[in-house]
Amino acid sequence: MRRLPDRGRVDHGHRVSFSWDGRTVEGLRGDTLASALLANGIRVLGSSVLMSRPRGVVGDGVSDPHAFAQVGAGDATEPLMRMHQVETHDGLAAASRIHQGILPTGADPDRFEKRHAHCDVLVAGGGPAGLAAALAAAEQGARVILVDDHPGLGGAVLGEDLILDDEPADHWVRHAEERLRANPDVTVLTRTTVFNVGDQGAVALMERVSEHVPADRRHGRALRRLWQVRTHQLVVATGATERPLVFADNDRPGVMLAGGVRGLLHRYGLVPDRCVVFTTNDSAYRTAIDLIGAGVEVPCVVDVRPDPSGPLVRRARDLGIEVRTASAVIATDPDAEGALAGVRIVGLDGGAEEAVACDVLAVSGGWDPLMDLHHHVGGQARWDAEQLCFVPEGTVDGLRLAGAAAGVFGTAACRRDGHLVGLVAAEATGFGSAADGPAAPAAEEDHAGAPADFVVVPGTDPVHAFVDQHRDVTIAGVERALGSGLHHVEHLKRYTLVGTGTEQGRTAKVNAGRMAADRFGLPFAEVGVSNARPPAQPVTFGALAGRALGARFDPVRTTSIHPWHVAHGAVFEDVGQWKRPWFFPQGAEDMDAAVLRECAAVREAVGMMDASTLGKIDVKGADAGAFLDRLYTGVMSTLKPGRARYGVMCKADGMVMDDGVVLRLADDRFLVTTTTGGAAGVLDWMEDFLQTEWPDLDVWLTSVTEQWATVAVVGPRSRDVMASLAPDLDATQDAFKFMQVEEAVVAGMAARVARISFSGELAFEISVPMTWGLALWEAVFAAGQPFGITPYGTESMHVLRAEKGYFIVGQETDGTVTPLDLGLDWMVADKEFVGRRSLRRSDMLRDDRKQLVGILPAERLPEGAQLVEDADFEIPVPMIGHVTSSYDSAALGRPFGLALVRKGRDRIGETIYAPLADRTVAVEIVDPVIFDQEGARRDG
Amino acid sequence: MFQIRCPYCGPRDEPEFKYGGQAHVAYPSDPEALSDEEWARFLFFRDNSKGRYAERWNHAAGCRRWFNVIRDTGTHELVGSYRVGEQPADAR
Repeated sequence: MRRLPDRGRVDHGHRVSFSWDGRTVEGLRGDTLASALLANGIRVLGSSVLMSRPRGVVGDGVSDPHAFAQVGAGDATEPLMRMHQVETHDGLAAASRIHQGILPTGADPDRFEKRHAHCDVLVAGGGPAGLAAALAAAEQGARVILVDDHPGLGGAVLGEDLILDDEPADHWVRHAEERLRANPDVTVLTRTTVFNVGDQGAVALMERVSEHVPADRRHGRALRRLWQVRTHQLVVATGATERPLVFADNDRPGVMLAGGVRGLLHRYGLVPDRCVVFTTNDSAYRTAIDLIGAGVEVPCVVDVRPDPSGPLVRRARDLGIEVRTASAVIATDPDAEGALAGVRIVGLDGGAEEAVACDVLAVSGGWDPLMDLHHHVGGQARWDAEQLCFVPEGTVDGLRLAGAAAGVFGTAACRRDGHLVGLVAAEATGFGSAADGPAAPAAEEDHAGAPADFVVVPGTDPVHAFVDQHRDVTIAGVERALGSGLHHVEHLKRYTLVGTGTEQGRTAKVNAGRMAADRFGLPFAEVGVSNARPPAQPVTFGALAGRALGARFDPVRTTSIHPWHVAHGAVFEDVGQWKRPWFFPQGAEDMDAAVLRECAAVREAVGMMDASTLGKIDVKGADAGAFLDRLYTGVMSTLKPGRARYGVMCKADGMVMDDGVVLRLADDRFLVTTTTGGAAGVLDWMEDFLQTEWPDLDVWLTSVTEQWATVAVVGPRSRDVMASLAPDLDATQDAFKFMQVEEAVVAGMAARVARISFSGELAFEISVPMTWGLALWEAVFAAGQPFGITPYGTESMHVLRAEKGYFIVGQETDGTVTPLDLGLDWMVADKEFVGRRSLRRSDMLRDDRKQLVGILPAERLPEGAQLVEDADFEIPVPMIGHVTSSYDSAALGRPFGLALVRKGRDRIGETIYAPLADRTVAVEIVDPVIFDQEGARRDG
Repeated sequence: MFQIRCPYCGPRDEPEFKYGGQAHVAYPSDPEALSDEEWARFLFFRDNSKGRYAERWNHAAGCRRWFNVIRDTGTHELVGSYRVGEQPADAR
């Protein structure tokens, strides 16, 4: 195509320079990538996805099956960018990749933002209908957000030469925009696309903030911004999209949609040399009229109708344009690069084929309302047999369509419809009355002639006639699918891929559905078209992520002692959102060596651990004890103040849910500890029963996990460390017994000290307010130096507890394990508690349930290893259990572990086997308590 | 994304809430008196109906209160919310 010097909305005095496939190309300010390439005579954009046929620009907007390109260089590159949305600027780098993009491998250097907003009426689309709707709603007092995906407002007006109120329609658009921008309750967002509509007016927008300016002039602005808007009413005024016709070689570059040809003229000043128009309706006559007005040769308009007679047809004839009625384009001829050189015209009543040379064929098969957003929320459509398109059927709560998107065509009619819908939307939000609102502007009656019901040119070559150009689906392809029994359009879509891909079938699916209806002789209304699903346009993942990247992806929780762990080289483990020291390697130690050293230190001298992440819930009130009795398998109400007790709670199905030590601080106050990962869930669970089942109980729950730092001092020398740290605390066995809680001054700090042990060793857990945690830790570390105190992490903690047969929720349990399976019969009190009834369900009474046992394997096994009865087996072989924990033990000098094994307790002393990939390992079953079975170490 | 009306805090976005399954399924007052089948019905069986459905939500990242919501499982419409102890007819 060539550029006219005085036409279009581009800045003819301002040239920009960008690269296309590595070569430098010039365009004008205001060009899109598509228009700039066309102005440079680049007609072939790339090859089609399956058949490698040359393809070019088809339209001037979102409904273009081929205008996709790779944009940006390096890690900023993005695939499948819409060429009609990419605004050219100096330094833009784009490349031909119309169907398969390249993803960057590194981190995205671009920045994306998110924003939340609320409004009463959100209007999608800034054409005549959308502008009128926004104006009407705003004038009634509603807060309005108007969204349009172009750089400027006006919609179809910008791509046409239209008259409104006896002057160019531009005037009204400019006037409307001024009024909207002057209203402080109206937000106008251009270069912004509504891509999803969710529940209760949740609307997602993508704003292109700075991608249209050169990178060095973005000044730190985000590339794009995701808006999450909650609106009371959504007005969809997204216009309509033109439908192509199906004939042989209808995919050649140069075969365009008639409205797109007009858009290229009026937006960018681009015209063909010779243009044939092929249509089923009056609208395409505008293309012929506008092109003649721009001095372009139009050899003829080919109209399938025998007797077209609307006002536009008359005007075209008056201008001397030849109209060939009852005719069709049946095929096209290529030039050297495969682009359009001419068309073959046939009379539908017979007669010879005639060749006419042209570089552009402007096609119109009618117009389809763009109702994607209506469909996203379940909106229905019906076939309008007069206008020959699907139009919305009814409305979904909170969403109204206006203008062409509602099947209302014509500029003045769209403006009128938008005005009325805007008033209704405002009224639904509580602003004004639609009946008493400002009067709607008039709309002239539409005298256009009836369109023809026509899709496929009879007698055309089915192998080269494309139904879905984006997906390379031909008539033959559709016929093959329908012949295979795929009667439903959704099946047709999945079999042929009609209507899928980046373009989502906007130019294809109506024609495909139509062919299915014709083939089976069914009314089109019954067959319908395949459904549109979100997003309405592709969305960059980066924009969905926004700034929630890396450390900002998820909160990281650390204790006040964390800086010490970092400074001392701890390797961390993620436990929920918490960072916990996993082990503290010294020198070149690996994990196994560090853990053996840490465990040995705890068993032989003294170790220390940061236990601050343990969940802590303050349970207060006169009924606190009774409340806990109903949730734990054991009895907590009999606990004396100053004492602690270990507890397990079950879900209603009797499966272990969480465990921890409960401290009674006063008659009406307990401190419940939970697993690190389970804290939030246990609190929700407790609140659930308290609020919904037992609201009569006087109990108050408060999470205090982050209020207390806890340092565990563990090992035979821990009492010596305590003596040094807290000289006023009598830590002798007689004065300070196991499971006793004392208030004491520790290292000068008011502290709570509890004798709780998760290792079987003599141990003291010291708790102080979280802000003092680091001071406490450093004091413990200093006081422990004479005794060789060794900081240890979660891995050593796991080994030490496993040696004692203590299970870990989520490791030994997986939601199918009861307290009885774990051998905790002694903890299941004879009283009602949540889940108790489940423990005598028939399945719980089976005698072959998996039970917790200790294992002594010949070598260290992988956790999760399956266990079988015999060493010699043939696959398939019954699995009788699996390894839940597996470690090397410093104290035992050998590998050991825990396992869940069918009838495990009856098998103690037996040898079973763990089949690994290349060998089978003998495993001796032992009591879960492998180390210090008599519990002699607990009291030092 | 739902906007859910917490009866205590007002309308808030869905990420603040946690789902709690069908409402008005009370924990049996005397579980030991139930047969295995009756107990299993309480444990494992919930309605899965099309239309208005009473379900529990917890304003986990807000006031921590449990409450009930009437949701239409066919249309995804949230008809209303009501407090524990109130009846579906109280939903608003």
